[in-house]
Amino acid sequence: MSTATTHTAEHPAGEYHGGLLRWLTTTNHKDIGTMYLTFSLIMFFVGGLMILAVRAELFSPGLQLMQPEFFNQLIGVHALVMIFAALMPAATGFANWMLPLMIGAPDMALPRLNNWGFWLLPPAAILLTLPFTLALFGIGDGALATGWTFYAPLSVQGGMGVDFAILAVHILGISSIMGSINIIVTIFNMRAPGMTMMKLPLFAWGWLITAFLLIATLPVLAGAVTMLLTDRHFGTHFFDAAGGGDPILFQHLFWFFGHPEVYILLLPVWGLMPHVLSTFSRKPTYGYKAQVYSFIAIGLLSVVVWAHHFFTAGMPVPALVYFMFSTMAISLPLAVLFFCWIATMWKGAMTFETPMLFAVGFIVLFGIAGLTGLILADVAADAQYHHSYFVVAHFHYALFAGGIMGVMTGVYYWLPKWTGHMYSEKLGKLHFWLTVVSFNLTFLPQFFLGLAGMPRRIPDYALQFAEFNAISTLGAFVLGFSQLLFAWNIWSCVRGGPKVESRVWEGAEGLEWELPSPPPHHTWEIQPVIK
Amino acid sequence: MASCTLETQTAPSAEVNPVAWLLRSLFPPSALLLPGAASAAYNFNFPEPVTPIARETLHIHNEFMLIITVLFVVVFAIMIYSMIKHRKSSGHAPAKFTGPTGALQWFWALIPFAILLFIDFVLMGIPAVQAIINMEDTQTKADMVLKVTGMQWKWQYEYPESGVKFISTLATPRDQIANAEAKGENYLLEVDKPVVLPVGKKVRILLTSTDVIHTWWVPQFGVKRDAIPGFLRETWVLIEKPGIYRGQCAELCGKDHGFMPVVVHAVPEPEYLAWVEAQKAEAKAAAGGADRTWSKDELVAEGKAVYEKVCAACHQPDGKGLPPAFPALAGSKIVSGPLLDMNGKVIKDSHVDRVLHGKAGTAMQAFATSLSDVELAAVITYERNSFGNQAGDMIQPAQIKSLR
Repeated sequence: MSTATTHTAEHPAGEYHGGLLRWLTTTNHKDIGTMYLTFSLIMFFVGGLMILAVRAELFSPGLQLMQPEFFNQLIGVHALVMIFAALMPAATGFANWMLPLMIGAPDMALPRLNNWGFWLLPPAAILLTLPFTLALFGIGDGALATGWTFYAPLSVQGGMGVDFAILAVHILGISSIMGSINIIVTIFNMRAPGMTMMKLPLFAWGWLITAFLLIATLPVLAGAVTMLLTDRHFGTHFFDAAGGGDPILFQHLFWFFGHPEVYILLLPVWGLMPHVLSTFSRKPTYGYKAQVYSFIAIGLLSVVVWAHHFFTAGMPVPALVYFMFSTMAISLPLAVLFFCWIATMWKGAMTFETPMLFAVGFIVLFGIAGLTGLILADVAADAQYHHSYFVVAHFHYALFAGGIMGVMTGVYYWLPKWTGHMYSEKLGKLHFWLTVVSFNLTFLPQFFLGLAGMPRRIPDYALQFAEFNAISTLGAFVLGFSQLLFAWNIWSCVRGGPKVESRVWEGAEGLEWELPSPPPHHTWEIQPVIK
Repeated sequence: MASCTLETQTAPSAEVNPVAWLLRSLFPPSALLLPGAASAAYNFNFPEPVTPIARETLHIHNEFMLIITVLFVVVFAIMIYSMIKHRKSSGHAPAKFTGPTGALQWFWALIPFAILLFIDFVLMGIPAVQAIINMEDTQTKADMVLKVTGMQWKWQYEYPESGVKFISTLATPRDQIANAEAKGENYLLEVDKPVVLPVGKKVRILLTSTDVIHTWWVPQFGVKRDAIPGFLRETWVLIEKPGIYRGQCAELCGKDHGFMPVVVHAVPEPEYLAWVEAQKAEAKAAAGGADRTWSKDELVAEGKAVYEKVCAACHQPDGKGLPPAFPALAGSKIVSGPLLDMNGKVIKDSHVDRVLHGKAGTAMQAFATSLSDVELAAVITYERNSFGNQAGDMIQPAQIKSLR
């Protein structure tokens, strides 16, 4: 395990021992954070390779590389891998590494649970992707081919890949719930003396709301997929109209989880943004309280808007109007966040190191996601956007530009703190520009594809969609390969580089910057007192 | 690019200057704001609307795109101004404020939210509610009904008033999909039998499905609605202009989701009525065919046509299937098993049973509801005597009729 050796090298010798066993048994929040982040990075490339295969197939009309069955498997597993195995573990990795440092706690409140929570992830990832390998040996017909949404009755009809995915989702869900319990308990009980809730760093606030959302909604997903499992194998008819069930019930249950999931992925990043913006603007965060209240408002609203994901399934007019207006209402607290981010930059003394570049890129591109989300809420127009590439573009602006670029912001911001070395600014900036340009090259054309009438999840398409698809594929390959720079930059930074001080960035404020870089294995054994 | 133009979609891509096209594709707001872009704008916008709903949707969409483009530009102009002006390198000393101070600052901080509230619930909200009410009003003054049934991977259309009923499947040859042949103009958007509707009539469309969820979508109608097994959903169209309108299934429905197009021929009413009469006559002739005795060769020839249209997507043209999801018919025990029992009744899980009643929990659907007696007899006979299967027997349309 190369991470093990490099990681040991950066800490004083003799502090701890062992190779693989250390990583299996560790209860140290920094070790576990590192494992989460490493796992996330690996799965980011796994999910990325899957979608590059899809984009290659979509480069031109006709079936070139794969049959539709395999195409359907790739798109669904890509989504599950990116959401559950790349984005969520990255955010949990941040929480593990940074929460104790930021709130002045010696470790997470429940260290053994923490270890278990991580070690559930690799088996789940294997379960999710194993059917691909099994199919190569002629066992089963491959992975989940229903898209990540598992919609019944297609998922009732599907092969054993669906069962594998259901069990993987169960395990991932258990892991996330344990992580969430740990974070809530840590934030409520382990803050440094004097750190009231309204002095809590915004990153911790963002994660606190995320943790509550996870605990509130993941059991609903677990229930829905369990009902699906019993429909598939044990003769129940929850989603089968012939047996008195309802296929749309599945959609309600799925999106009751699925919509808050969007905010689960984004709230940690929203929590991180003010730290980065204030650091590189050398100016305190604007509107701390407003941001906290917005987090809470978005958390509450997120669980009452789910049906906007299936307006075209048909529902009564009052329900359509309600879900439309409640969805639009989210734009208000979200606008508060945008206002505060820009106001934090306003009249500061800005410099644009890589984390700041990513933060600004995040704000602009996530702004496109938010604004297109606002028009998607409109039921009549949604009838045209829905199930089309317009939606694909929209949620990649939200989850790649919002989620993944947010995570990259955090990685560049904290990497010097974690490793004690400065990464290469030059490579970082190159990575940023390549990512932003190729991201837009990939996803902007998809808005137009959607408007022109291209449905999503099709392996082949009519000729009028050819040009935009070719551009999009070109962008996707540049985007995918640019991420190798990211991995290389992290790797070299872990291996060595210019030493950094405790306060890595000139304008950084907070407890985490008072510790040496890298922080020793155990920190805040005596808690600091906040005045 | 010229080859990409669809005859019914006003997408004159040949007229678009490639540079302008690239520019507009990289900077979407310019597509809206460039004067003269209107005629070519359908490359970057919805296709030309031909129903009142589609027109209203396009109008709302354009208005909303304008609103969000303005919001985007204003907000990020402020941010970019700050990024240029308030740089450390330009010697700007950082301020210390953390929130609004004083009534005036509060006023300026709250103004954007008042504007947003107005945009959300008045400027966008009121037209949006009107559009919903309009879109959901399927019954007022409806002139006729069209029933659409989604099935893997084709559409069945039924006109309850006249009893006309048929299946519409992809007409694009497999060789074109496999890149073995040049692709036609309407690649993947062409069917063997389009649905025909009169212009100027309000058509209430009822949707359902026999297997999984499908979505019926014709972009130029501005209508998209799910077809859900076991439930009826509805929507409506009033086509204002004769023409051929093309769309696709929009909900992932399995293997051939990308290969179940919707094609609608909108024609003037007299032409529509004539078409209905022709369909009725055809159906009557076909029903008459069920009563006569067919020769085996006739059945096999007819059966081959039905097989290629309805069965080949899963079981493949060579009958080898795509196991394990789609079993082979070539050498299948079920296909070569006994045809009927001694009393001439259907044997459970036999070949005839499978074709008539399907297999629960799989993509094999009950074809008794969608195929005619002749088609069923023909396709069963064909399968039993093709792909190396040598059952040698045959089944008559009249037998199918009595087994129903």
